[in-house]
Amino acid sequence: MKSALRTTRPLALAVAALVGLPLFVSGCGSSPAASSSEAVTEISVMDYYNNEPDKSFIGDALTKCGTKAGVTIKRETVPGKSLISKVLQQSSSKTLPDVLMLDNPDLQQIAATGALAPLADFKISTDGFAPGVLSAGTYKDKVYGLAPTVNTIALFYNKDILAKAGVTPPTTWDELKAAAAKLTAGDQYGLAFNANPTYEGTWQFLPVMWSNGGDEKKIDTKETEQALQLWTDLVKDGSVSSSALNWTQADVKDQFMAGKAAMMVNGPWQIPSLDKQPTLQYGVVKIPVQEAGQTSVAPLGGEVWTVPQTGNKARQAKAAEVVACLNSDENQLAMAKVRNTIPSKTTLAGTFASENPKLATFTELIKTARARTGQLGEGWPAQATKIYTAIQTALTGKASPADALKQAQASK
Amino acid sequence: MSLTTDLSRSTTRPGTNKSRAGTGATQAPRRRTRQRRERIFQWLFLVPAVVYMALFFGYPVVKNVVMSFQDYTTATFFTGEAPWVGFANYVTVLSSSLFSTSLLNTVLFTAGSILGQFVIGLALAIFFQRKFPLNGILRSLLLLPWLLPLIVSSAVWRWILDKDSGALNRFLGDLGLIHTGIPWLTSTSLALIAVVGVNIWIGIPFNLTILYGGLQEIPDELYEAGSLDGATGWKAFRHITWPMLRPVVSVVLVLGVVYTLKVLDIILGLTNGGPANSTQTIATQSYDLSFHEFKFGEGAALGNVLVIISLVFAVLYLRASRRAVDE
Repeated sequence: MKSALRTTRPLALAVAALVGLPLFVSGCGSSPAASSSEAVTEISVMDYYNNEPDKSFIGDALTKCGTKAGVTIKRETVPGKSLISKVLQQSSSKTLPDVLMLDNPDLQQIAATGALAPLADFKISTDGFAPGVLSAGTYKDKVYGLAPTVNTIALFYNKDILAKAGVTPPTTWDELKAAAAKLTAGDQYGLAFNANPTYEGTWQFLPVMWSNGGDEKKIDTKETEQALQLWTDLVKDGSVSSSALNWTQADVKDQFMAGKAAMMVNGPWQIPSLDKQPTLQYGVVKIPVQEAGQTSVAPLGGEVWTVPQTGNKARQAKAAEVVACLNSDENQLAMAKVRNTIPSKTTLAGTFASENPKLATFTELIKTARARTGQLGEGWPAQATKIYTAIQTALTGKASPADALKQAQASK
Repeated sequence: MSLTTDLSRSTTRPGTNKSRAGTGATQAPRRRTRQRRERIFQWLFLVPAVVYMALFFGYPVVKNVVMSFQDYTTATFFTGEAPWVGFANYVTVLSSSLFSTSLLNTVLFTAGSILGQFVIGLALAIFFQRKFPLNGILRSLLLLPWLLPLIVSSAVWRWILDKDSGALNRFLGDLGLIHTGIPWLTSTSLALIAVVGVNIWIGIPFNLTILYGGLQEIPDELYEAGSLDGATGWKAFRHITWPMLRPVVSVVLVLGVVYTLKVLDIILGLTNGGPANSTQTIATQSYDLSFHEFKFGEGAALGNVLVIISLVFAVLYLRASRRAVDE
């Protein structure tokens, strides 16, 4: 009897510790459960602008909007790559922040979980936003997120190199191929883009695919095949380095800045680094289309701000005020200017473009830019994977563009 | 595991002592309470380890197994609902067109890495057994790859291996060995070799350190006696070093295999599984499924396939080490 007691006691202790620990852990994690009647003085915000200068720009805008709504902002910035896993953790422990920023193609996944509140609940106006911006923030006919500013990609060209070679910026695929071939000499490639096996590779391919009438729902079509043929030809004839298969967009920018690429496909967020090199004279044009007269359709980038379902109506209302404020005309223009992005309301585009000529091409593109998730919603990640797999298969010569797309579309 | 068996052994020992040392009648009760207290303390020292193992190893493993039989999506995190789907996730991942590629790459990657790391590590360990100036400094320099975060190593190697401006191609070009850049990371036939090469570089310090330690354990007298019988050089290695080193070798190899099977960061950092899936392994594919495509059930199922493969090696290792003890 005694000996049994002797052995069970430590065991009981161990069990008690095991049972107690999770309680203790969950106790730490729970958010301050203020009742709805209490006055809200502080709201929490999470975003991934963890690098300067964006960190401060967004922080300032948040602080101002908080003051306007009469609350202080408790902000947390996390690295871009860990945002989604953090959001999923928080949604399972019911500790989501009051205001949450999401990269626009991820909105569908999070909205599908039921963790977000429709913005219509808070009477936030969605008038005047570019259609692509709204469709990126919409899940099953309800708007869950709004982006104050957005971005997209276009064709940057080195003015000096093109002038020396007597080449004008291309507007059609044929002109692009001819220009890229002519600009390729020695260490210098005509064009640089990113075709790596991540969603970035897919994103950079979308303009040629969409402008030619390609459809992400079904990629084994003539239109998408022609687009992939263009990418393949450019790599095959040496106008684009085969390193594109492994480059990120930042690598592409480095090549362009080092003068190793005369043109590049990239976005306006590279402008601050490009401007650090005053000897570099560059221009920006739309990504060429197959035939003159076609519209260059660009993919929409940028982050949307949402109000999670935290269960506290009063806090949610304050959070919605902050989101509405971030999306006000005044804030859109201010943020777009300092961050080299584009206001998401088309009504603001005209004045913005005239005041920021460097961003004029991007501003023009946003009007018709398409959201990646517009057609597929939650199905986007799976289909985006198929697209970059097909690009890689064709560019490495493992299959013709037609076969690569057929294989990818059929794969599970 | 070994901790508990050791403890149970040590707790029975006082009992046998007691029967033998039953002379002091007054001392016995006091000693018994002391023994009891000691035993409680022994258990208390175990508690943190048990709690830690259960929380951070037991729970995730069980959770991963459960998850692999569920339709686990992003919504599950918020609603907690994950319908049971039986073996559907396993059927999907095992029948996917990518699985055979990933499996083959996993085998090639693991076998290539282990072979390279071990052979070079052993050669270096033997080399450093001699006494020569700068021996200590050189040996500590060789540890550097081990100290660097993997993400840094892979980023640096990505620059080195770049086709157009990478240091390696520049070097080969300057030597006149090549005229156009070799697409180390962007050719479907070279990428896996390049990735294995980088992983060998990362794994050498581990092999070197453990094998060097093992070599130090071999008594010098054996070599002296061996040399009298004419066993020097290769013969000494075959008949003295290798047999004496065998237990250490089996540890290094099995740990190496288990580490290498699950390598993720290096491949993601160097090639992201490309070009055209030529460096995709089961580990990277499982990561992609879970964290890029949000198919958590399928990711878990594929992860479990990897766990089973690792378990096979763990069992082999346990058997080998048991036989060594029995001998």
